[in-house]
Amino acid sequence: MRENRLLTKHMYENPLDSHTIKSYINNGGYEALRLVLKELNPEKVLDEVKDSNIRGRGGAGFPTGTKWGFLAEEETRYLVINADESEPGTFKDRILLERDPHQIIEGMLVTSYAFNISKAFIYIRGEYAKSARRVQAAVQEAYQEGFLGENILGTGFSLEIVVHLGAGAYICGEETALLNSLEGKRGEPRLKPPFFPAVMGLYNKPTLVNNVETISAIPWILQNSGKAYSKLGTEGSTGTRIFSLSGHVNKPGNYEIEMGCTFREFMEGLGGGVLEGKNVKAFIPGGASAPWFTGDQLDIKMTIDDVAEAGSMLGSGAVIIMDEDTSMLRAAKSIVSFFAHESCGQCTPCREGTTWMESILERIESGRGRASDIELLLDISDNISPGLDWPPKMTTICPLGPSAVSPIVSLMDHFRDEVESLIPRKISL
Amino acid sequence: MSWKKTLIKEAKKLIDMYPEKRSALGPLLYLALREERYISNDAISEISTLIGITEAQVQSVATFYSMYKQEPVGKYLISVCKSVVCEISGSSVVNKELMEATNLNYFGSDEDGLFTIEQVECIGACGGAPSIQVNYETIENIQEGKVSELCNWLETEQPNVINSDEIQNKFGGRKSFDWGIQDNSGSTGPYPGFQSYKTAGERS
Repeated sequence: MRENRLLTKHMYENPLDSHTIKSYINNGGYEALRLVLKELNPEKVLDEVKDSNIRGRGGAGFPTGTKWGFLAEEETRYLVINADESEPGTFKDRILLERDPHQIIEGMLVTSYAFNISKAFIYIRGEYAKSARRVQAAVQEAYQEGFLGENILGTGFSLEIVVHLGAGAYICGEETALLNSLEGKRGEPRLKPPFFPAVMGLYNKPTLVNNVETISAIPWILQNSGKAYSKLGTEGSTGTRIFSLSGHVNKPGNYEIEMGCTFREFMEGLGGGVLEGKNVKAFIPGGASAPWFTGDQLDIKMTIDDVAEAGSMLGSGAVIIMDEDTSMLRAAKSIVSFFAHESCGQCTPCREGTTWMESILERIESGRGRASDIELLLDISDNISPGLDWPPKMTTICPLGPSAVSPIVSLMDHFRDEVESLIPRKISL
Repeated sequence: MSWKKTLIKEAKKLIDMYPEKRSALGPLLYLALREERYISNDAISEISTLIGITEAQVQSVATFYSMYKQEPVGKYLISVCKSVVCEISGSSVVNKELMEATNLNYFGSDEDGLFTIEQVECIGACGGAPSIQVNYETIENIQEGKVSELCNWLETEQPNVINSDEIQNKFGGRKSFDWGIQDNSGSTGPYPGFQSYKTAGERS
């Protein structure tokens, strides 16, 4: 099994200076921008992106062309790049930010030109300080070389980019929370409707919000055509995708592959198999929010639709492998306590539910579990997402609460015995 | 501490980057951290005047985000990731060693203002788990024994700039991906090092 490097090609071919504008241009960089500016046909950009069938790489997997098609007409519109990568297991945007920042800037330029946008933002999580420095340096280079600022390459098109640092809130990866954060407010998700970013986004203006990986694919799509992109991968999951592989594997890392192989092929072919040749007890197919699969589900195909059909999601493309010795209770507790910490506190089921679930898991772990705890955990879960289905029904504004339900349901579906064995039997007197 | 003229000038420059003043609230809170290593009441008052919102509004934002510290932190803020991949890869060992090496509990600071230690959620270095950060500069795959070495080194050398490449090479192991490009930049204190907020520096 091999990688197919479209977005990571430049960085691997020029490992020491792929971040500089000189290296980027010498290797065909900013050609997509020149092409688009020369043809002076903004509609063509949207057509190509629609043809590519690319789906957003942030987690929700919504078709990018459709999302762009919703952007309302208004004089002032904004583009915001979501670089708040914080889903446990995910580190694919980090490599794009650090090692090929100009590819992101070029994607932003082409997109902004297509929608007549003159102000764009990159929102980078505060913990990615090094990535932010790289991107900021690249933005400065782009200004100096005339790719940003007024009258770009003499065409009359202007674009300003501001790099903005987050401050440690996972929830700001949710696009409306991100917009609130960028407006200097608490990162609380907004209600949709009415606050669909494409209509009422940043400062209530129509706004495109795209993930780092999605925007990085735009230059390739424009240079090689949307059709060429759509021929890669599978029909519903076109193109390549950077998967972050982590956990108990020999070679964790970022791998850019065409979607369509199985998790087993991926884990063994690129990840070098499980550490010490152990068995896979469970794995998470798409970041900590996704319901788990067990070791006997490794032959599921890595496409958005196949994973959804099997009851989970490809999410942010983070594959986490857990070997046979993993305590599933501790894994679940870690994920639930993540969501308890990151809940913004707006909706009661999420704010209260995640915290209570964390406490209950803690008492089971410390040997003080009660016989009723398993049903109690499921009951709280049911109050957050009624029916415990996937995709979840929601009682909350955003999907954070239901994400905390995933590990509980997975734990009880597949490893209930293990949890029961940790609960002391009632002593009869 | 009320803000000096130069700091106010700097703040106004950041405000000018945005279509609406309030967007600069986050960046201004980083300036406050840079000056005092926490968000003081004076800083809240200065920022509320500069942006034209109430002190309560500034406070409500400052307390929402975990990186805006509400009490003074040490020169070196050591953050241990406890999210799921680090958890299944031995972060509890790292935790234990760090608490022993610094003689602190979470979220604790020592008396001479050198160390603050905390446990944090995912820092995006899962391929090298277990991972930690010092002043938001990452060390991936920190092995047993290396945590106390790190603390000793920080205490003896007391570097003014923490640079990821340097601490990774000294104390880290396997990385999430090849970092490629050599880098000497880093943070000048317990906040993210970033040019626009003048919190970044070059390692000497």
